[in-house]
Amino acid sequence: MNRDRLLKGFLFGYLALVFVFIFAPILFSIIFSFNSDRFPTIPLGGFTLKWYETIWQDPDVWEAARTSLMVSISVAITATCLGFATAYTDYRYQFKLKPLYLALILLPPTIPLIIMALAMLAWFAKIGLSGQVVSIIIAHTVLTAPFAMAIIRLRLSQMDASLEAAAWNLGADQWRALRLVIIPFCKPAIISSFCLTAAVSFDEFAIAWFISGLNKTIPVVILEIVTGNIDPQVNAIGSFVFLTSMTLVIIAQVVLMTKEKKEKDHHG
Amino acid sequence: MANALVEFDSVVKRFGDFTAVETMNFTIDEGEFIAIMGPSGCGKTTTLRMLAGLEEPSEGQIRMQGQVMNQVPPHERDTPMVWQSLALFPFLNARENVEFGLQMRGVDAATRRRKALEWLDRLEIGEFAERDVSSLSGGQKQRVALARSLVTEPKILLLDEPLSALDANLVIRMQSMLTRLQRELGITFVYVTHSQSEAFAMADRVVIMSRGHIAQVGTPKDIYRAPANRFVAEFVGRNNIISGHVKSATAKTVTLEGSLGTFKLNLGERPKPAIGEAGQFVIAADLVHLSASRPKSENVLECSLISEEFIGSVVTLFLEAPDGSEFKVQVQERELADMDLKHTDKIFVRWASERAHYICAG
Repeated sequence: MNRDRLLKGFLFGYLALVFVFIFAPILFSIIFSFNSDRFPTIPLGGFTLKWYETIWQDPDVWEAARTSLMVSISVAITATCLGFATAYTDYRYQFKLKPLYLALILLPPTIPLIIMALAMLAWFAKIGLSGQVVSIIIAHTVLTAPFAMAIIRLRLSQMDASLEAAAWNLGADQWRALRLVIIPFCKPAIISSFCLTAAVSFDEFAIAWFISGLNKTIPVVILEIVTGNIDPQVNAIGSFVFLTSMTLVIIAQVVLMTKEKKEKDHHG
Repeated sequence: MANALVEFDSVVKRFGDFTAVETMNFTIDEGEFIAIMGPSGCGKTTTLRMLAGLEEPSEGQIRMQGQVMNQVPPHERDTPMVWQSLALFPFLNARENVEFGLQMRGVDAATRRRKALEWLDRLEIGEFAERDVSSLSGGQKQRVALARSLVTEPKILLLDEPLSALDANLVIRMQSMLTRLQRELGITFVYVTHSQSEAFAMADRVVIMSRGHIAQVGTPKDIYRAPANRFVAEFVGRNNIISGHVKSATAKTVTLEGSLGTFKLNLGERPKPAIGEAGQFVIAADLVHLSASRPKSENVLECSLISEEFIGSVVTLFLEAPDGSEFKVQVQERELADMDLKHTDKIFVRWASERAHYICAG
């Protein structure tokens, strides 16, 4: 009894420590973004919004934010479409080289980012696409499509195997069955995948840094500010990026979880 | 004689090296309630899926109203199916599920809605029309699935073990509803099941399948009382099978001699066997009489009691014949109580020769 409580306490402490390690830097970044002192020291100076004002007035940051937003939305759309297509192919068809097909699709996230970024840089230079927004979109799509595929594939695996055949049986041809049954069934996963791929692309630094050229994304701009001097506006941008990504990830989680909970409740 | 709606003409279905259905020939009549029954893996579901166009026959033809259906894709057939898993669309409510088939046929929204509500009312679930299907009970879901299949007024309805997920009480109620519905609509029901009670309770004719072959086609009574072969005799349950050699035979009766004695039996419609041929006969467990002393009649077997199984009003006795084989007897519990067999170690079993049916060996 006592030992149980001890173990429980220990585990709680351990968990708390993990959270502290993960969130403390972010939390401090947010706190210092409102701190009037130029250097991040304790005790804190007064409360200020001047760092937010600085970035608000900085055309470079605005330009980067626009690029980032454009890139992440485009990436979310293309990666989710690709992810859905590959997941559906896997669900629907049996073919000889399927394990190879799946391995190839899931390969990109296993490649070290720097290697991938360098390869992309070389490749885009060769085909005359270097330093363009579209090259960032292509590169991020390659990186995130496997996540989209994994999320949608999981949802398809929860689908009653007769559902699609039932649609055919009631007079739907393959396209209508796809449009009216498969896609509505996968909708929560499609929304989640959209949010998650957008978040990953919005955050991604290494590839963007290598291939963005003059079309800098937000993470690239942050690095440039930091390499120049210590400037608390980095904290302000960081807080903004963190908030955007977290919102997207949380939406993705909530959409998936409420759907699952609802289905589970009714089955129970 | 009713018209044939569906004809299976030498239909074979292979999956790679595995033959799921082997040279199947039979017809389904218009307005008939036919059950296809057999153990799992016997090819019954494959047969149904071929009817729905979800599998294409490897050989032979399936004809519907004379038209060859082999190449017709599922969505161009009018063969709605009630699935074992029901396969209701979870993101649509009950009414929208029922409307799906009409929507696919291009029926306008107002008519669709009216027809869907009519069918839901007819199946006594009108009040749940706007409910999410996931919030309905098993029986209600079943009715939504039925309404969804019947709303397009098909000539034939395919049912793939639709009651297997329901509890026993509900099964009985759904059975009577299905039988009533089939009579009222006058359309053909093809009902696939592994449950003998479901098949026998509802079907006009039963097709028994075993390893891709048709073992017997007949009315439930024919199949129960006069199984065509050993597989059917064993599959339909409480039957005793006794082997021997044909000693003599007339057009109607056969005398079979075996290790358990000499028995007279009914030949029925079957061709007369040759003298000396190995043969078997079936005697149903509920068609025999018991006594504590040796009766003065033919077809008597002396047995000892091994165990009994009490399931309410009927008791099954497991006896052992002199050669060590098992012999099952079903009697009313009340009868058994009157007989006082507890104090005797010998039980005599006898039956009328017209109750015993000759079947071919194998």
